[in-house]
Amino acid sequence: MNNNDTSNNDMIARLYESLGESHVMAPDVAHVEIHGNKVLGLHLVPGLDVQAEELEDGIRAEITVAENTTVEKPVRICFGMLPETGVQKIYMTTRLEDYSSISIVASCTFPNAVDVRHTMEAEIHIGKGAEYAYLERHVHGDAGGVAVIPRAAVYLDEGARFRTDFELIQGRVGHIDMEYEAFCGPRSILEMSARINGTQDDYIAINEKAHLQGEGAHGVLMTNIAVRDNATAKIQNTMAASAPEARGHVDCKEIVQGNATASAIPVVEVKHSRAHVTHEASVGSVDSKQLETLMSRGLNENEATDMIIQGLLTPSY
Amino acid sequence: MNEPITGSGLLDVDRLTLHLGKKRILDELSISLWAGHIHAVVGPNGAGKSTLASTIMGLHGYEAYEGDIRFQGASVKGLSTDKRARKGITLAWQEPARFEGLSVKSFISAGAMDKSEEKAEWALDVVGLKPSEYLNRAVDKTLSGGERKRIELASILTMEPSLVMMDEPDSGIDVEALNKIFQAIARLKENGTTVLLITHSRTVLEQADHAFLMCCGRVVEKGDVDKIMNYFGEKCIPCDHKNEPELEAVS
Repeated sequence: MNNNDTSNNDMIARLYESLGESHVMAPDVAHVEIHGNKVLGLHLVPGLDVQAEELEDGIRAEITVAENTTVEKPVRICFGMLPETGVQKIYMTTRLEDYSSISIVASCTFPNAVDVRHTMEAEIHIGKGAEYAYLERHVHGDAGGVAVIPRAAVYLDEGARFRTDFELIQGRVGHIDMEYEAFCGPRSILEMSARINGTQDDYIAINEKAHLQGEGAHGVLMTNIAVRDNATAKIQNTMAASAPEARGHVDCKEIVQGNATASAIPVVEVKHSRAHVTHEASVGSVDSKQLETLMSRGLNENEATDMIIQGLLTPSY
Repeated sequence: MNEPITGSGLLDVDRLTLHLGKKRILDELSISLWAGHIHAVVGPNGAGKSTLASTIMGLHGYEAYEGDIRFQGASVKGLSTDKRARKGITLAWQEPARFEGLSVKSFISAGAMDKSEEKAEWALDVVGLKPSEYLNRAVDKTLSGGERKRIELASILTMEPSLVMMDEPDSGIDVEALNKIFQAIARLKENGTTVLLITHSRTVLEQADHAFLMCCGRVVEKGDVDKIMNYFGEKCIPCDHKNEPELEAVS
């Protein structure tokens, strides 16, 4: 082991430590660790290929899952920056060949950020009958000094399935501006959800679009947001269905406290007489019946409110 | 032990009057509940039964009452809902709330004296729900109203309150589930909890030791369950005096 390996291993350990996790993993778990513009660690399993190129201020990566391959254990990807300032740009192309399957658990950690900018431009191609689950968990520090700006375009082939869940409930949000767009082929299934907890002067903007273009395509866009203090949330989720038997649902729930402000705009477009899209949005304070139920068990108002918000931000899978 | 006494009970409601808007919903109502007994308040829709429970619980919008509510001898006037709950008063809603993302285990344990998983499992068993199937589910729209009602009762069992008010415990419940609810009520009584059932159902009323008949925010009759049941059946279904209490009954 040379000095460079030791240094990388130390940094990997520090990244996972900031997430409250161990960096020691079983040999059959694939994992990738990226700090700033450096690939610190890369461990693959059969059928999974990752090509990474270090750029001046980030990484370009291509992830490929071979046809008919099922990656049994969830792949771990850790992005992060430990310094207080910096830029990390990620360009990522993910390609699942036909009838492959993979689950990725990505952690993004910026524990000390004072002025950090993390951007991602992702393109995701999911082949026929392939299944992709991408869970992205952010852990930020308390300074709120990070801007997270992800962009993703997702293409689902016939019978493909894509589920993504974005979670930012630990530490300050800072500034997040997310735009995802998905194009769904015949009988494909799309589930996109985001759960974010904003405080102080955090800013949250989410713009998700799903196009149910193939016959029998199904899609769900779910956003659960809690904002308090002076935080702001602006959510616009669009579900467009243009094929027979396409089914979609848009669901946005936002709890607002203090001087925080929130808006939710569910947009529903139906361009076929046999397609059907529904939507549900609620923006407001904590539900009084939930609050009084928990208070009638002896929880004070703050405890009850925290419990309700914790529930709202808990993943549904 | 023929009738609930007035005064010096576990809970004494003394000349309670409450207006909602300009309407007088509770009208100088007085009742007392004996510790460890099952009581029922019966009456037609609009009589003020649920309002009485909400007022005793101190829910938002029901605080500005005249008269007094004393629990274990001390007035609860001015106390918030959670403070009343910590004194040992709680309420099971006619239609329990849904909690997206909150697990059954977390919900049951929220106010529990013993927050262990074993205690939550025990409570689910008592209300006839398999812990292995329910403990990790969310208390959300995937549960039926009847399931949420039983889960709410499980949460009350673990809370070990001194007084539980149950608003229409049979609402939205099938026969099998209702038997489980009645068993849970019996368990509460065995453990020394005082129960106040709010109902207009004969089946529920039969579970009580004592009963009150309410009409237009007043108690118009009280005492033996059979007597109240007969009165309710004869005079209140249908109500032939348009929700105006008959003077001789009031007197």
